[in-house]
Amino acid sequence: MPDWRELYQELILDHNRRPRNFRRPPAANREAQGFNTLCGDRIVLYLDLRDGIIADIGFQGAGCAISTASASLLTERLKGRTAAEAEALFRRMHALLTGVSEPAEGQPELGKLEALSGVAEFPTRVKCATLAWHTLHAALAGSQAMVSTEE
Amino acid sequence: MASLSSPTRSRPAFDVEAVRRDFPALQQQVNGHPLVYLDNAATTQKPLPVLEALRGYYERDCANIHRSIHQLGERATEAFEHTRLVAQRFLGAGSAREIVFTAGATAGLNLVAQTFGRMRVGSGDEVLITAMEHHSNIVPWQMLCQEKGARLAVVPINDAGELIWEALEERLTPRTRLLAVTHVSNALGTINPLRQIVAAAHARQIPVVVDGAQAVAHMPVSVAELDCDFYAFSGHKIYGPTGVGVLYGKSEWLERMPPWQGGGDMIRSVSFEGTTYNRVPYKFEAGTPHIAGVIALAAALEYALRLDPAAAAGHEDGLRALAAERLAAIPGVRLIGTAPQKVGVLSFVIEGIHPHDVSTLLDQQGIAVRAGHHCAQPLMERYGVAATSRASLAAYNTRQEIEALAAGVAQVKEMLG
Ligand SMILES: Cc1ncc(COP(=O)(O)O)c(C=O)c1O
Repeated sequence: MPDWRELYQELILDHNRRPRNFRRPPAANREAQGFNTLCGDRIVLYLDLRDGIIADIGFQGAGCAISTASASLLTERLKGRTAAEAEALFRRMHALLTGVSEPAEGQPELGKLEALSGVAEFPTRVKCATLAWHTLHAALAGSQAMVSTEE
Repeated sequence: MASLSSPTRSRPAFDVEAVRRDFPALQQQVNGHPLVYLDNAATTQKPLPVLEALRGYYERDCANIHRSIHQLGERATEAFEHTRLVAQRFLGAGSAREIVFTAGATAGLNLVAQTFGRMRVGSGDEVLITAMEHHSNIVPWQMLCQEKGARLAVVPINDAGELIWEALEERLTPRTRLLAVTHVSNALGTINPLRQIVAAAHARQIPVVVDGAQAVAHMPVSVAELDCDFYAFSGHKIYGPTGVGVLYGKSEWLERMPPWQGGGDMIRSVSFEGTTYNRVPYKFEAGTPHIAGVIALAAALEYALRLDPAAAAGHEDGLRALAAERLAAIPGVRLIGTAPQKVGVLSFVIEGIHPHDVSTLLDQQGIAVRAGHHCAQPLMERYGVAATSRASLAAYNTRQEIEALAAGVAQVKEMLG
């Protein structure tokens, strides 16, 4: 039986109560909308992308503790990183959250993001955690279309 | 002299423990706790007679219907057609020919939109629905309006979750070609005053299509009394199998409507030059249906009738009142849908806590509720929320389960607050 404490770790609860970078960066030049078809939650992720570097990043919207914390941790981690690093981390996180693979050599370290790993034990909640990452992926690709968790 | 059959003798109390024994699924533990199943508006659990009917068909009577001249085919056809009589009696319909088997409420509403709707609605006309409809009573009409160049008009609701009567009357215009309305709201629990609504529409020659998905399990329904033109429901929300439902239609309409889907069973004769259609209701039942499901639906409806719909409704109403009181007493909890006339559907939001988190944490305590928009996104928007938690009751729920829900919600607040 999965334990709820694995899912709602203190770090997650903290990022839910006080989401980081919960704003539109003043010079944002990329944005994408994510939509969770299961619950109707929407988030908007903003990037201030300069010369392949994420100079600033933020998000807005209302979601559950898991999706809010996931988005918050994402922005905290990626500020100042390159688009290529962000893309690699997207793939790593996607694998982690959907529980499909063990990390291979040379993949990015998880650090704090490890706190989200408990979600793989809760199949109904995986999409809450992946929403921000799919939205990031769309924003990096410069896609204006809304991404949904059904895709 | 005191007599045992004294007419003043009160009805025996509703024996919920006896009812629970009929439902094997209720006997299980979930995450180490006894299951508290409060997601009945999504689907109900199934009693033994329904499970036995499904099994009986596949074990003994498995044959196609209306076409097999052999013993098994006869048995299957007889059991299948028996359900039509049970459904007729259950809905108080005038004739078994007015009972069409469908895949569920959604299929029934689409059938009406694609046949009756198509023949009635034209360019510049209006189709009237309400703000509390399930997506399955919105989208088929939207599709029809798009196809025909018609307009979809919507009756608004007040904060309690009731239709605004003056607005309803205002929107019954000379251009309104039909009104589609839910009997009971799946997200709010509101019971609409259908008889008055039908009377108001009929006074203007406007036919009324009713989505009965959330009503039939919770109150006695008589289409003869309501005088509605169509009434659709799903078997699975009234103790029956999934994938099967009933559409009642007044025979004067059914006779005039074109068929919906083409195929076997709905025809009288076919040649490449043309086809003559079978009579009502078979005209609307193309292809091999969910035979086992229809047969088991009779067991479900008979079970509901045996429970005594009025007694079950009384029991559920007591639970609803208790749940509303307990939930409202928890600081930060807001109930959505507070109409005086409502069934046991309790939609609520907890300040600062998302319904998804509520569901996951209640599930850890064995309590099943629904979180989401309940296929009623326009309604959620009306209340300014993306989603709610929803506890929905059935006749087998108990006071202890309501107490467990209230304690669970209080605990969720502590964990995440
Ligand atoms: C009010 C209402 N109408 C229609 C439906 C659709 O029922 P089904 O999915 O069984 O076709 C539902 C079920 O969720 C409902 O609650």
